[in-house]
Amino acid sequence: MKSWEEIERNPKFVELVQARKSLGWTLSIITLIVYFGFILLIAFDPKLLGAKIGSGVMTLGMPVGLIVIIVTFLLVGIYVRKANATYDELTRQIVEESK
Amino acid sequence: MSRLKAIAPAAALAALATPALADAISGPAAKQAINIPAIAMFVAFVLLTLGITYWAAKQTKSAAQFYSAGGGITGFQNGLAIAGDYMSAASFLGISGLVYTSGYDGLIYSVGFLVGWPIVTFLIAEPLRNLGKFTFADVASFRFGQAPIRVLAACGTLVVVAFYLIAQMVGAGKLIQLLFGLDYWIAVVIVGFLMIIYVTFGGMVATTWVQIIKAILLLAGASFMALMVLVKFGFSLDSLFKASIAIHPKKEAIMAPGGLVSNPVSAVSLGLALMFGTAGLPHILMRFFTVADAKAARKSVFYATGFIGYFYILTFIIGFGAIALVATNPDYLTDAAKGLSAIRGGSNMAAIHLSDAVGGHLFLGFISAVAFATILAVVSGLTLSGASAVSHDLYATVIKGGKANEQDEIRVSKITTVVLGIIAIGLGIKFENSNVAFMVGLAFAIAASCNFPVLLMSLMWKGMTTKGAVIGGFLGLISAALGVVFSPAVWEAVLGNAKGSAPFPYSNPALFSMTIAFVGIWIFSKLDNSARAKLDREGFDPQFVRSQTGIGASGASAH
Repeated sequence: MKSWEEIERNPKFVELVQARKSLGWTLSIITLIVYFGFILLIAFDPKLLGAKIGSGVMTLGMPVGLIVIIVTFLLVGIYVRKANATYDELTRQIVEESK
Repeated sequence: MSRLKAIAPAAALAALATPALADAISGPAAKQAINIPAIAMFVAFVLLTLGITYWAAKQTKSAAQFYSAGGGITGFQNGLAIAGDYMSAASFLGISGLVYTSGYDGLIYSVGFLVGWPIVTFLIAEPLRNLGKFTFADVASFRFGQAPIRVLAACGTLVVVAFYLIAQMVGAGKLIQLLFGLDYWIAVVIVGFLMIIYVTFGGMVATTWVQIIKAILLLAGASFMALMVLVKFGFSLDSLFKASIAIHPKKEAIMAPGGLVSNPVSAVSLGLALMFGTAGLPHILMRFFTVADAKAARKSVFYATGFIGYFYILTFIIGFGAIALVATNPDYLTDAAKGLSAIRGGSNMAAIHLSDAVGGHLFLGFISAVAFATILAVVSGLTLSGASAVSHDLYATVIKGGKANEQDEIRVSKITTVVLGIIAIGLGIKFENSNVAFMVGLAFAIAASCNFPVLLMSLMWKGMTTKGAVIGGFLGLISAALGVVFSPAVWEAVLGNAKGSAPFPYSNPALFSMTIAFVGIWIFSKLDNSARAKLDREGFDPQFVRSQTGIGASGASAH
């Protein structure tokens, strides 16, 4: 069993950490922008979300809310897809090499 | 003016809940004709879940099984169980009730409850699984002085659990009262009693399976309800909205954000609480220890987010459906002349009445039974996490110095469950007239201000020390709890002080208390030059290696 110092120096470990960090934070920031964009719109310009679209009573806020929900799900999907493709194999190799 | 506006949402909720509805609930009208098919369905369901608990009890021998189902739950199953935990009374009854009373504003809660999930997935789920064993305090205390952090985590957990429990107890109490015509307090006592049975006998195995089954049934039931609403309006959202606007006293205002978050500070504060609260909810974090590894943890959040997002879209349709179909039918109102606000059992019951309106008595029984099982399961999960905080964090680690006998530990946790059950009954009775989604918003604020900052900083920031974590965490916890108690919704509506007398003017404290927690952790860690602090910082790298790779993590135990 290798020590944690050795694992830390393993280039694959560095790669894993980098990949996780950049993907995780990028997606987190996108989530924050989308969500707080929505919240700040509610806070500062609720009239805009209440604006009518189309010929009926539908307002802009309805599709916007729906889109935020869908985007949230898609972002998680993107993460899981990318993570499954790279993290697990890297992790397996690191674990293997540290034995 | 902005101060007044901030009070308005909570006051509106309170006003809505107080005189008119109190009559509706305590008056003779509540004890309507007993609905036999609905009750039969209901009883059958409760018996089924008790059966599962009995089966699970026979399987639960070790502490690992009691707390985390032995780590043997798959990603998909856990996704359903997380969704089950999350589709609680607050989401189902509370959000549909909020949509019923305020229209669009209900969607703000839905979106907020959901967006916490990506953050959990991207930043917390995997390291959490790699570092932890039974409770999130295992992770938060990984490289720190065990006792102080565990005490902090246990306090944070218990306060969050208490506030979250209130919402569930109120939902369940109202439901039983409406269905069986019992007094509210009797209904709450029954719920508390059943919950104690579930948790003390079944532990995590029972709780997980009840969650899974219930999540499937609730998704199916809610889909059917939303579908029937759409059928009635010829699959035209526009005609559904038109009909709702025509009936609702707020008219077109229900189509846009309104009174609930009318000032920027309250809006951002609520937004922060909902988003980051998820990442600090002890019963949700605990779910990540029921799966085998980081990959399964990741997968389970993906499924959970999908189910929860879909479910929230349904509750929105259900809420509008209730405006159009329930508020127009005198059978569901205590006073037809008063219209929408005179709904029998209060706005939390909007979805329940709608099930009768679209599917008849039998479907009402089904939805009530599922809603009740939902609440029981969520309450059990919550209680279990509270009990674990006391038995695993306080008793086994702090008091016994990590040398507790497993059987004793489980015994302590069962005793805690009974105590928590009794507290929950008391609080449930006191908070009878609160909107349950709103109460959960407050629980989220506390989770976001204590558990979440400590957890995140312990994973990300090498410089954090035991002292910094404990002082910052307690500052966040105390400021959030004070903000909640002094907010208009609790200070005025529940504790009965004069309107406008609440010392804290905003409806949610998270913006302030989260800032206090993070700044507190940062300053007191920076100032900390003790020997312990040196150890804390040195511990980061080994912790980091394990959090990234899972080397040394506790795996799924064999059955």
